Amino acid sequence: MWGLPLFPPQASTLAPQVDALFFFLVGVSVFFSLLIAGLIVYFAIKYHRRSEDEVTEAVHEPVALELTWTVVPLGLAMVMYVWGASVFFTAVRPPRDALDVYVVGKQWMWKFQHTDGQREINDLHVPLGRSVRLTMTSEDVIHSFFVPAFRVKQDVLPGRYTTTWFNATKAGTYHLFCAEYCGTVHSGMIGHVIVMEPTEYESWLGTGAIGGSLASAGEKLFQDLGCSTCHTGQANARGPNLQGLFGRSVTLEGGSSLVADESYIRESVLEPRAKIVAGYLPIMPTYQGLVTEEQLVTLVAYLKSLARPSS
Amino acid sequence: MTSPAVTLAPVPQEHYLNVDYGVRSWLLTTDHKRVGLLYLIGITGAFFLGGFFAVLIRLELLTPQGDLVQAETYNKLFTMHGVIMVFFFLIPSIPAVLGNFMLPLMIGARDVAFPRLNLLSWYLYMAGAIFVSTVVVTGGVDTGWTFYTPYSTMSSTSHVIPTALGIFIVGFSSILTGLNFIVTIHRMRAPGLTWFRLPLFVWSLYATSLIQVLGTPVLSIVILLLGVERLLHVGIFDPALGGDPVLFQHLFWFYSHPAVYIMILPGMGVISELVTCFARKNIFGYRFVAFSSLGIAVLGFLVWGHHMFVAGQSVYAAMVFSLLSYLVAIPSAIKVFNWTATLHRGSISYQTPMLYVFGFIGLFTIGGLTGLFLACIGLDIHVTDTYFVVAHFHYIMVGGMVMAYLGGIHYWWPKITGRLYPEGISKLAALTIFLGFNLTFFPQFILGYLGMPRRYHVYPDEFQVLNVMSTAGASILGIGYLLPMIYLVWSLWYGEVAGPNPWRATGLEWQTPSPPPRDNFTTTPIVTTGPYEYSRPRGEHG
Repeated sequence: MWGLPLFPPQASTLAPQVDALFFFLVGVSVFFSLLIAGLIVYFAIKYHRRSEDEVTEAVHEPVALELTWTVVPLGLAMVMYVWGASVFFTAVRPPRDALDVYVVGKQWMWKFQHTDGQREINDLHVPLGRSVRLTMTSEDVIHSFFVPAFRVKQDVLPGRYTTTWFNATKAGTYHLFCAEYCGTVHSGMIGHVIVMEPTEYESWLGTGAIGGSLASAGEKLFQDLGCSTCHTGQANARGPNLQGLFGRSVTLEGGSSLVADESYIRESVLEPRAKIVAGYLPIMPTYQGLVTEEQLVTLVAYLKSLARPSS
Repeated sequence: MTSPAVTLAPVPQEHYLNVDYGVRSWLLTTDHKRVGLLYLIGITGAFFLGGFFAVLIRLELLTPQGDLVQAETYNKLFTMHGVIMVFFFLIPSIPAVLGNFMLPLMIGARDVAFPRLNLLSWYLYMAGAIFVSTVVVTGGVDTGWTFYTPYSTMSSTSHVIPTALGIFIVGFSSILTGLNFIVTIHRMRAPGLTWFRLPLFVWSLYATSLIQVLGTPVLSIVILLLGVERLLHVGIFDPALGGDPVLFQHLFWFYSHPAVYIMILPGMGVISELVTCFARKNIFGYRFVAFSSLGIAVLGFLVWGHHMFVAGQSVYAAMVFSLLSYLVAIPSAIKVFNWTATLHRGSISYQTPMLYVFGFIGLFTIGGLTGLFLACIGLDIHVTDTYFVVAHFHYIMVGGMVMAYLGGIHYWWPKITGRLYPEGISKLAALTIFLGFNLTFFPQFILGYLGMPRRYHVYPDEFQVLNVMSTAGASILGIGYLLPMIYLVWSLWYGEVAGPNPWRATGLEWQTPSPPPRDNFTTTPIVTTGPYEYSRPRGEHG
């Protein structure tokens, strides 16, 4: 009980960047706190009222002084702002070559799906030294994926995907917390991120997958749901060709365009009429209620696999 | 204003307390001073009820296991602690108690502009309080004071609607008080009391009132929408019904961030009164302090998104909200520097209200500086939704606001009651509160950076030592808060008779007897100077 921790483990590439920023702010805060406290104590002693009838003399109030204590804090604040924004950009932009893991939160557990097909609940195994990108959604209320050792936190929302990423730098087991209040067992919606040496991770991968890769599960679902009857891949098909779709720019009816990402695929399955690809009719039925979030993830993984040139 | 007179006048024959008697004379009063006291009673009740929940929370967190209360109960405890403290204590406290009592006195008026509306505000406050008290008794609510959707609309089975209704009603109390104060400050100032002769407490009440009038309707609307979705299943916030949960957060914080300034601005105003009186010195940089209140009120409306940096808003929105949050910090810094500079070459007394000033400046500085950590988007990712946030806003709300409130209560107590509080024990209480506060909340900064999330009933073992420290501090803090409750009541009968102006203060409220007569002043004061003419002009020797 008396092991008193004062600082969290630093186990991701982001952590030292966040900590450097933290220590800069701590430094500024300590300086100003001591300055103010020191002045108050000094004045309180030096100018202590000596007699009940004491009268003070008005002092000159130089505008330069007011300007100084406006401009100096403003300058420091702008340094914090720019530095903070640059760390933030690193934190929200996953590298392109990151390993994909899909996360579904629900009251009160974390479900993880790896692209090779491994599924985990509350424990997430990841390799050391490799960027891991999490695509996350919730089945019910808002949750938040928080790994203090990585200095990573991202709310997990129902009805949409949010993403975060990390690159672990130290093997070990780290706390995973739900950081957004989500009901009765909120404090039980916890788990661990287990960072493994790459070789260990490879052997762990070999033990888990039963039903084949996520993409192959998605392919099977794609057939079962009858998606392939319209999305045949032929030029005259009723649905757009999905081969090579992921990551490509799509022109919509009305002339606007977007890049096909996970959220777009998710939305197109659940609300097909929200965005119609130019040249196609709004005839696709919704699959709302027919597929779970975990199944949707397999469809996303399947379409992503179609984007790879080798397939 | 006229020079402070050292008169030891006896308690006046007739004053607002003895002008008439009986329950009816209080419940139907239109005297702003009596309304202020009615609020004092309501708010004190809310403070100790909210505090009682805080004690239970801290006791539960003494051990990592959830062994004192069940998870559901724990969630209700922190929700009701937050709801009661925010909506029924912090927001109304200084404006409705000290503002109500002092504003007309400080501007030389007989009453507020709309005395009956003022009484109606109190009834609305009590009506809202009754709704929430009923919820407390009948099983509680477990959404957190933030009512985040879709948990509050589709998942929680607790009393969300009656609580929301209570907050909806108390919102109108806040709007009416704000409206009343704005009109009072515009229309009721004594002859010669120009805007730049107004006490800074009045400036801060003016800024606060603007927020109350402009911001609170948005809270009312978001509560209505929440009720519509929960009761009628109209999809507004719940994605399962086609809504957007982040929309709720935008609307909620559009009010609730400015509400933070409703809570702290009047406290800053009180500090400006106290620091000048007990340093016997003109305020340093009057206009900077006055305008910084307005600056905070305006900028405060533009920073709500900083509660949502990890909530799924766009990267560019986050950048804009971060920048604006840094800007809103500057007026607060200006105030702190000016208060500190006011002490320079002052005649500083260590009477209790001044101890609260020292406490306020120190704790508010820490609270404000740690706000910079949360405004910093790269850093906020890690610390948001952890105990770091809990510590930060308690430094502002409890370390800042409650210190200012207690300082103000002690300062104006002789005016309100005609009696002085006992100086020795009140200094001890102030010191106890300061120490207890820091022991309670400083460890929470460390806990937060370590990663302990908020609203956790059960937590990992390694966080226990810091939690034990926090709970120990809370017990000291609790005793500190009980002391004024006891000795202030005691002083009503046994306190030394105060006389009109025990502090030799310059404000208009001190130019009339204590307690003041029903109509405040026998003759309307005429103002010829600024509010803090404590110092003789430079170069004059006397």
